[in-house]
Amino acid sequence: MKTKGEIYRISGPVVIISGLNTKMYDVFKVGKEGLMGEVIGIEGDKSTVQVYEETSGIRPGEPVENTGMPLSVELGPGLLESIYDGIQRQLPVLKSSMGDFIQRGVTANGLSREKEWDFVPKVNKGDKVNPGDIIGTVQETQNIEHRIMVPPNISGTVDEIKSGKFKVDAVICTLAGGKELTMMQKWPVRKPRPVNKKLMPNTPLITGQRILDGLFPVAKGGTAAIPGPFGSGKTVTQQQLAKWSDTEIVVYIGCGERGNEMADVLSEFPELEDPKTGRPLMERTVLIANTSNMPVAAREASVYTGITIAEYYRDMGYDVSLMADSTSRWAEAMREISSRLEEMPGEEGYPAYLAARLSEFYERSGKVKALCGREGSITVIGAVSPPGGDFSEPVTQNTLRIVKVFWALDAKLAQRRHFPAINWLNSYSLYSKALEEWYSAKVSPEWVKLRKDPMELLQKEAELQEIVQLVGSDALPEDQQLTLEIARMIREYFLQQNAYHEVDTFCSMDKQYKLLKSITAWGNKAQNALEGGAAIEEIMKLKSKDDLAKVKFEKDFDSALSVITKRMEEEFAKLGGK
Amino acid sequence: MAKEYKTIREIAGPLIFVEKTEPVGYNELVNITLPDGTSKRGQVLDTSNDVVVVQVFEGTGGLNKECGVRFTGETIKLPVSKDLLGRILSGSGEPLDGGPRIVPEDRLEITGAAINPYARLPPKEFIQTGISTIDGMNTLVRGQKLPIFSGSGLPHNEIALQIARQARVRGSGEQFAVVFAAMGITNEEAQYFMRDFERTGALERAVVFLNLADDPAVERLITPRLALTAAEYLAYEHDMHVLVILTDITNYCEALRQMGAAREEVPGRRGYPVYMYTDLASLYERAGVVKGRKGSVTQFSILSMPGDDITHPIPDLSGYITEGQIVISRELHRKGIYPPVNVLPSLSRLMNSGIGAARTREDHKAVSDQLYAAYAEGKDLRGLVAIVGKDALSDRDKKFLEFADMFEDRFVRQGVDENRDIETTLDIGWELLSALPEAQLTRIDNKYIQKYHPAHRAKEKKE
Repeated sequence: MKTKGEIYRISGPVVIISGLNTKMYDVFKVGKEGLMGEVIGIEGDKSTVQVYEETSGIRPGEPVENTGMPLSVELGPGLLESIYDGIQRQLPVLKSSMGDFIQRGVTANGLSREKEWDFVPKVNKGDKVNPGDIIGTVQETQNIEHRIMVPPNISGTVDEIKSGKFKVDAVICTLAGGKELTMMQKWPVRKPRPVNKKLMPNTPLITGQRILDGLFPVAKGGTAAIPGPFGSGKTVTQQQLAKWSDTEIVVYIGCGERGNEMADVLSEFPELEDPKTGRPLMERTVLIANTSNMPVAAREASVYTGITIAEYYRDMGYDVSLMADSTSRWAEAMREISSRLEEMPGEEGYPAYLAARLSEFYERSGKVKALCGREGSITVIGAVSPPGGDFSEPVTQNTLRIVKVFWALDAKLAQRRHFPAINWLNSYSLYSKALEEWYSAKVSPEWVKLRKDPMELLQKEAELQEIVQLVGSDALPEDQQLTLEIARMIREYFLQQNAYHEVDTFCSMDKQYKLLKSITAWGNKAQNALEGGAAIEEIMKLKSKDDLAKVKFEKDFDSALSVITKRMEEEFAKLGGK
Repeated sequence: MAKEYKTIREIAGPLIFVEKTEPVGYNELVNITLPDGTSKRGQVLDTSNDVVVVQVFEGTGGLNKECGVRFTGETIKLPVSKDLLGRILSGSGEPLDGGPRIVPEDRLEITGAAINPYARLPPKEFIQTGISTIDGMNTLVRGQKLPIFSGSGLPHNEIALQIARQARVRGSGEQFAVVFAAMGITNEEAQYFMRDFERTGALERAVVFLNLADDPAVERLITPRLALTAAEYLAYEHDMHVLVILTDITNYCEALRQMGAAREEVPGRRGYPVYMYTDLASLYERAGVVKGRKGSVTQFSILSMPGDDITHPIPDLSGYITEGQIVISRELHRKGIYPPVNVLPSLSRLMNSGIGAARTREDHKAVSDQLYAAYAEGKDLRGLVAIVGKDALSDRDKKFLEFADMFEDRFVRQGVDENRDIETTLDIGWELLSALPEAQLTRIDNKYIQKYHPAHRAKEKKE
């Protein structure tokens, strides 16, 4: 098949080529500089290619070459600790080959071809292997064992299996019939990797963020959306999730992100310690950074690059969490390219296939039984940035139709410096029921009941606030004033969490349980005291209430809490009542 | 010498369509010679074997099909040298001050390449602007892009100038070089800026690009790129700390929309091009600090929100790219408060990395959070007072109400030439907070209260 043609027309990132037959999604080298691009439309003998790099100065008539492959990523040891751009080029390699600014026409392998890995075989000569079977392992980082799998669509009998130090492209296993396997495999990013079967998510993702774990949990293998108008702390929330979630692997996609914030992530992650192992968090992280001023087509691809890498680790039997920040930027990239192609626009100029693309992406999440038989999961947490904070816009709406958890960030809360600024009235989680069993077994049988109370109380508070707006809080009966006060305690003492405070940044389930239990206990005692005739002013003045406000910052939480509990008992006893 | 074509097929708005050319590069610079011998410049927007679309910067007035079109074979470049400092140039980079042409040390592409995120240094150095609402609550750091979201008739120019005059990094004697790019502002406004630059001697360390309201709109598309190229050159080649002031981003976006319409593109929200986000990002993202290089580019753009609407596509998309925004409030301006910064919707995303014990003061974040929370509560109560009257409030609420008034009067309000250092700003904050019951200061760690609260300080003095 003919692989060379020439450029016919250039308009920004969209290039039309002529003179050869192409397949959809074939990757091309465009122009004399060999810029990377992908076929996204075919008409007559002309094909439309979206180019991942800046096209200034490229002329019609320059040569193009078809690689014959769809856009693929390299999968194998060395993915962890990597920092990639949207098309899996290593940013540190790009920096050393072309300096501080991203120039074009430079290629960089996704996986280092130099580094050697210690391969330990897990199969023997004569064993029959099927797609997804683990043929050996490599200690990729101190705590992550990389399981080398037979690529999907390949099976056979092991003819030869090696052991020792190899580079990723060295043959480590030969199957009968001569098929050779290396530690590295390639996979087209737009195609989901196959699994044995999908399972129902039934374990929570523990994030250490009280409002998330406590009120709106997401299951491992689930999907969540964080929409938020700008300035509502979305990025911080996502970074907290990346840092603290109890998954083995984290894939973080900065899609159309700010350069300075990405730089912050890139410099902060390597210094972060994994709370469970004490090792650098980077050892289980893959970062993909495509800032807003990097080429738009690479931004479109970055989300697929990320999820394919996540699937690969899921296939080994790991729990993976994937953060995409922001899917709105991704959708806008689709819109921009669609408009360059002069496609018929759908709602607000977005392409008509927006909903389909979004659901295809989110469906790649899930808890699965992998081909190798182990269980793995991908939890997808997508940020949405609705223009003007208007949730009725197409990207948010189409996302909400798919995801099961919604963490509604609220600019008003952020303005009051209530962080995480997640609105407790608008957020929801459809996993609460499915996770009850787990909570009863692992946290406390009381937890399921305990976590329902604050929700009711906060709902009640919202209703009362409407009255307060009209008549002022002093006009309320005393018991309602107390309700408002307890709701405030829930908001400020429990829901508010300081991401920058060394202790408060992470809150274990146990601590969440105890904290919520104490606040609820204080509330119950206060109500009893009020009913028993104590003056509301006296109740409000109790020292134990102020103590509860600050206990979450204590390093030795348990002993601080027991001091407070004791004081609480004493104070209420003094007040009398029932 | 490049070939001259006389094959213009069509002229539509700022665009010309040229036929039968040799291969022409995308984004190439174009020279057009009019029948009367004058010339104009343009840029290739779309190129194919059949037809080349060129946007003409100085407008297509006077063009006809007999014009000669020359493709220069290269993209637009800015001649740069250290002598740019002190110069006043047009929106397309020609000298306006009667001085000589720039003798270039280098000629740089004005589109600029994206900084590799891995090569960026996260911005951390606190810039003291001397304005309390910014330093105290929306701190600016070196390498940040922090626009002013303003509206017609508000004193954003005064604020921008005050910042340009006062901005400095503490402890270092270093001063900023200023690159000023005017896009579609009036002659009067431009004069105002120039006079202030001259008055304070800032012009010597400034580069000025002027595209005024009556200059062609298309030219506005390259003016900020020239300015940023000059800024990057001064920052990365000459180790300077450059403050770039772009005004007004809204005019830039209008020009972008005009071009989109002329090209008959599918319009996005409110008629603005769908690629406006990417286009704005290519401007805003050219701020930053690069590892291993001394200089930095900090952007302080002015954006006037049409109809004071922060959800309008221009401020909305900008807000998603910039690291926060300073919002100017008409309400405060009407009350006669300068600078009328409304801190509640304002934000600096890089604030947390620029403040704290090592950079400003240990209590900075806590004080800022507390001021925010207290002011927000006070403002809410104003709404309530309007309905039920002040007497219906509890004592606690009355204190917050008073706090909001005092906050606006003492913290927000300051003189045009009043340069407050950060300690003064924080101390004013503490003074205001001390009017509230101490138990209400829930955002502040007890140890800071002990150390900085005026009541405790006074006690300490007595002892």
